[in-house]
Amino acid sequence: MKIVLQNLTKRYPNRNKKIKEDVIAVNNFNFEIPDGKLIGLLGPSGCGKSTTLNMICGLEKPSDGKIFFGDDDVTDLPPENRGVGMVFQSYALYPHLTVLQNIMFPMENLKGKDKMTKEAMRARAEEAARMVQIDQLLERKPSELSGGQQQRVAIARALVKVPRVLLLDEPLSNLDARLRLQTREEIKRIQRETGVTTVFVTHDQEEAMSISDLIVVMEAGVVQQIAKPQIVYEDPINLFVAKFLGTPPINVFEGEVRGGIVYIGEDAGIKAEPDSSWKDGAPDAAPGVALQDGPVTIGIRPEGFDPEKDGELRCGLTAVEVMGRDTSIVATNAHAANGSIRTIVSTEELAEVSGETVNFRIKPARIYLFDHETGTRVRCTFKPLH
Amino acid sequence: MDKNNSKAWLYLLPAMIFLGVFMIYPLFDVMIYSVEEGYNSASQTYFGIGPYNYNYVLRDPYFLQALKNTFILVVITVPLSTGIALLISVGLNSIVKLRDFFQTVFFLPYVTNTLAVGLVFMILFKKTPYSDGFANLLITAVGGTAVDFIDGPYWAKMFVMCFYTVWVVLPFKILILTSALASVNPDYYKAARVDGTSRLRIFTRITLPMISPMIFYLVITGFIGAFKAYSDVVAIFGTDLNAAGMNTIVGYVYDMLYGDSGGYPSFAAAAALILFAIVLTITCINLLISKKNTHYA
Repeated sequence: MKIVLQNLTKRYPNRNKKIKEDVIAVNNFNFEIPDGKLIGLLGPSGCGKSTTLNMICGLEKPSDGKIFFGDDDVTDLPPENRGVGMVFQSYALYPHLTVLQNIMFPMENLKGKDKMTKEAMRARAEEAARMVQIDQLLERKPSELSGGQQQRVAIARALVKVPRVLLLDEPLSNLDARLRLQTREEIKRIQRETGVTTVFVTHDQEEAMSISDLIVVMEAGVVQQIAKPQIVYEDPINLFVAKFLGTPPINVFEGEVRGGIVYIGEDAGIKAEPDSSWKDGAPDAAPGVALQDGPVTIGIRPEGFDPEKDGELRCGLTAVEVMGRDTSIVATNAHAANGSIRTIVSTEELAEVSGETVNFRIKPARIYLFDHETGTRVRCTFKPLH
Repeated sequence: MDKNNSKAWLYLLPAMIFLGVFMIYPLFDVMIYSVEEGYNSASQTYFGIGPYNYNYVLRDPYFLQALKNTFILVVITVPLSTGIALLISVGLNSIVKLRDFFQTVFFLPYVTNTLAVGLVFMILFKKTPYSDGFANLLITAVGGTAVDFIDGPYWAKMFVMCFYTVWVVLPFKILILTSALASVNPDYYKAARVDGTSRLRIFTRITLPMISPMIFYLVITGFIGAFKAYSDVVAIFGTDLNAAGMNTIVGYVYDMLYGDSGGYPSFAAAAALILFAIVLTITCINLLISKKNTHYA
């Protein structure tokens, strides 16, 4: 079942009654979620992702805009008539009921011609339990289960009515790191097996990157970018998306464009050419426009630095951190946004690093240019000067 | 370890002294009184030790009347007040406007002096040479015959007593239940809504089990409180409760000690211990029943 969001907007009256202006939680969200896909709504707290989920679910009414499931307009339908299954962040498992009773609860609400016999309900509940691999825990109470098991019960309860759409609110945030890895694979598997269109909300980029078919990055109620996980990382549409995704985060520099060359400070220059080959239909992009001279914001991913003696970016060496598989070099540079940069390098390259200073050669493919004022991406291809 | 232990006892000492002097010593004293036959508080003498005091109390028609009154009061007011409090709390919880106002209104009886409230009830129910009382005004207005609620038939007096008790205990129960209702995680209700649960089913299958520990608490304290009823009865029916036939067990204990026919601490002690045994039994039964039906999160 595809989900269509049309100009979806949610406004709340301002809590501070002196301010007449409404708070806009979600601003003009347009998106068609393809059938059978797993969509991650990603963004910092308060960006409107949970509000969007609640509107899809029907727990909140949109101030404007429409929601379609397939061709049905569900905007004014209450949640129970939409055919949605929802997994809450707290799981909301009824603590006084056993796992089986919890899973059967939604079916017991059915009335009229949908009414099921006790045996049919039990069979369906057991089937759902098998799907999430908790069929040996049916007689337990939720308090006797681990966080991961509770999560599965919640998913089974959401799936048991065979919803058209499955919604998950921060599904992994209450789990410890190890369980999180395991459970997110599990969610992906269950989603694939059932083929139900699934939307989940998260503030954790890794979570979104690892299992989503598509990521929707939101900020302050506005959708920033909708794309496949790898695209969001490799081809961010603006500075916010570039900064929000990636650990360690992207290194941001204040630079300048002079005659088609991007400078970080005086000595580090990289030749930049506007990218005319790029034709993806993002609305804010301005492909093929010649680079104007002036200040510019430069983002370089941590893996975009090669330590080299005659590298163009000269930095002071702060520390070399080896953390398992990764080795980071922390260095200072006067033009970096907060004075220091963090890079990830391979262990072989470390031989080059010693003493007080370190120089980097910047990999052209890892450089992103953003408008100094708006943070919009300025698309260029880069070539080293030397 | 030893040193720490003695320190701990030292810290506990102030509380233990007070508990010992005012709770534990009197408790044992009462037990001793209750078996001393013919104890005279003036001469501090008694004839012997035995169950005579209990025998006397259990055969005393005044005590039996008090026992009956107390039981009726308990059986009627505890379920009734808990049920009404639950209804009002659910109602309060579901409105947004004026919730604070209504909460204050419902809480007023709690901070009002018992005797003042008793006076109000006198005005409502007592027959005087000038008026039949407000309740009788209503009854005659709808075509009934006036009843004397204070000095009249037993059922009328019992009705006033129960009405008063329910009204007085409501605020505390409403306070407890509204806060219990407010503490239920709203996610449960959202999940139930998504699953299309009817309001009645949400209430019986989710809300009630969630607040069952608090309901249970109110039932137990309600039982204990109703068994200890005394000052309320005095406020309405005056001090000569035996004559009014409205005495309670605690009232009987008081009369035996200080009443006009009083001066029998041994009988009082025996009656008090009988009350203790009753309350203990009822509480144990409550605990047993609730173990199956109460859900602690």
